[in-house]
Amino acid sequence: MNKRIKDNLVFWLFLAPALFSFLVVVIIPFFMGLYYSMTDWTAVAGLEANWVGFKNYEDMFSDLAFRYSFIRTFLFSVLSVITINVIALFFAFLVTREIRFRNFYRAGFFIPNLIGGLVLGYIWQFIFKEVVPAIGGLLGINFIENLLLLADPNLTLIGLIMAFTWQYAGYIMMIYVAALLNVPQELLEASEIDGANFWQKLRNITIPMIAQAFTITSFLTLVNSFKQYDIIVALTAGGPTDIYKGEVVNSTELLAVHIYNIAFKYNKMAQGQARAIIFFLVLSVVSIAQVYYNKQKEIEM
Amino acid sequence: MESKNKYIKILLQIVTISFFLVTLFPFFVVIVNAAKSSLEIITEPIAFPEHWTQLFANIKEIWTSPNIRYASSVYSSIIITSISLLTISIFSAMAAWVLVRRKTPISTVIFLLFISGLIIPFQVVMFPLIALFRMINETLGIRLLREYHGMIFAYIGFGAPLAVFMFHGFIKSIPLELEEAALLDGCSKPQIFFKVIMPILKPIFVTISILNAIWIWNDFLLPSLILGIGQDVQTIPLAIANFAGSFVKKWDLIMTAVLMAAAPIIVGFIIAQKHIIKGMVSGSIK
Repeated sequence: MNKRIKDNLVFWLFLAPALFSFLVVVIIPFFMGLYYSMTDWTAVAGLEANWVGFKNYEDMFSDLAFRYSFIRTFLFSVLSVITINVIALFFAFLVTREIRFRNFYRAGFFIPNLIGGLVLGYIWQFIFKEVVPAIGGLLGINFIENLLLLADPNLTLIGLIMAFTWQYAGYIMMIYVAALLNVPQELLEASEIDGANFWQKLRNITIPMIAQAFTITSFLTLVNSFKQYDIIVALTAGGPTDIYKGEVVNSTELLAVHIYNIAFKYNKMAQGQARAIIFFLVLSVVSIAQVYYNKQKEIEM
Repeated sequence: MESKNKYIKILLQIVTISFFLVTLFPFFVVIVNAAKSSLEIITEPIAFPEHWTQLFANIKEIWTSPNIRYASSVYSSIIITSISLLTISIFSAMAAWVLVRRKTPISTVIFLLFISGLIIPFQVVMFPLIALFRMINETLGIRLLREYHGMIFAYIGFGAPLAVFMFHGFIKSIPLELEEAALLDGCSKPQIFFKVIMPILKPIFVTISILNAIWIWNDFLLPSLILGIGQDVQTIPLAIANFAGSFVKKWDLIMTAVLMAAAPIIVGFIIAQKHIIKGMVSGSIK
């Protein structure tokens, strides 16, 4: 009996610090958020939050700025997933060949990942605003010299994708490198003797062998593009403006930034919260569907 | 065949070097521009600086700037990052160990609760979290906003799910006989954890600490909500945001500040390169 009480005590004492902070910081706010999203909460001290049901959700879907932000976020995420993975895989192929200094190159490709999104955003803002025109001047190409990349809605989105790819491709490359190094060399050699060319080896041996890594990398890139915030704040601050169905909208105000702005710039906390919950639901559904689909593919291969 | 292979190798080398240089180009931009005056940087943004000594003048200006308070920001970043790393790892390892070793439905439920934290994005909890921290201050008188301990407490909560998950997976593979032997030797449960289990967990500690260090050191949104931009306690990203936001694009000083913000973590990377790459890759696969 005494021992059981003691065991119980150890169990809860060991669990307490991590569980308590996790509950206070994540779980309780999560349920508070569900409630707040159905009120007219403003976070102004002393003001009671009144129940409004699904009004915030209805407002959200009729808000053009939200719809626009949603479309742009999807566009940004899909394009980022593609560019990051293509470049990362290409880099991974390069640095797993028999070339000199490959560990040095690996480290070099990886280093941008250590730079935080905020700092990185300022670096790229400077590059797009000052360095790109200067390079244009140096090459004598007027088009590049006069290119105001951050003044055009679509070019700005491409600029964001470039900055994000620069940050993230090196990390994703490392995961591909680990997977490529696991491909048995004998298999490749045997197929070579049988007369397989480069593409056949790639298609029939390498790609199926790294399918598992592919599931991980597409999950990571998808989730992190969808949640992008820091780079946008420093690089574009949501701008420049664009016209969507007759309404003025911010062309790079992707969902994470949009949620923040609705809550703090316009002081509509409850509406921001409702949008955050939809953000969470969409992100969960998309990422689970993606992992499920890739797992199926893995088995087929 | 021999010579064909040789050409391919040279070609590969050239292609790799080209991409390598393109990747490092932004760093080149930062370094040369951190050593320019405010006029020079606008007229000649891609040339080498006229006088490299300008770099020291710029560094001095950043060091003494009241907006960036470089020394105190680095200090705050180091305090917050190191204490968070330590507490996340130890508390999560303790929790994971009792959850693995005690197979009851309660353990399973608590473990699944931690896992659910992995898919909850920060955006869903950030507004209520601030409201809750305010409520705690009003009702219990414990100030969490704008304080070191509030920041670290938040990092433990957000860091626990991944850490518990990783420790849980690893501890499952540790044979129980080891603990039974220690028990026979007269060790108490807490002694078993700290003297037998903790040393075995060392590789996971390293992995988790590296992942968390890069996250916490660079984190911006969470500290901007809890500590606030331009308040007493500032981490480096907050200081940079405060500085870059308060000036009409003084690019020479912003580039210097960027260089000074990135330098510590890049130096750290060069020192512990092997561990960091290995840790980050194994972290992602788990």
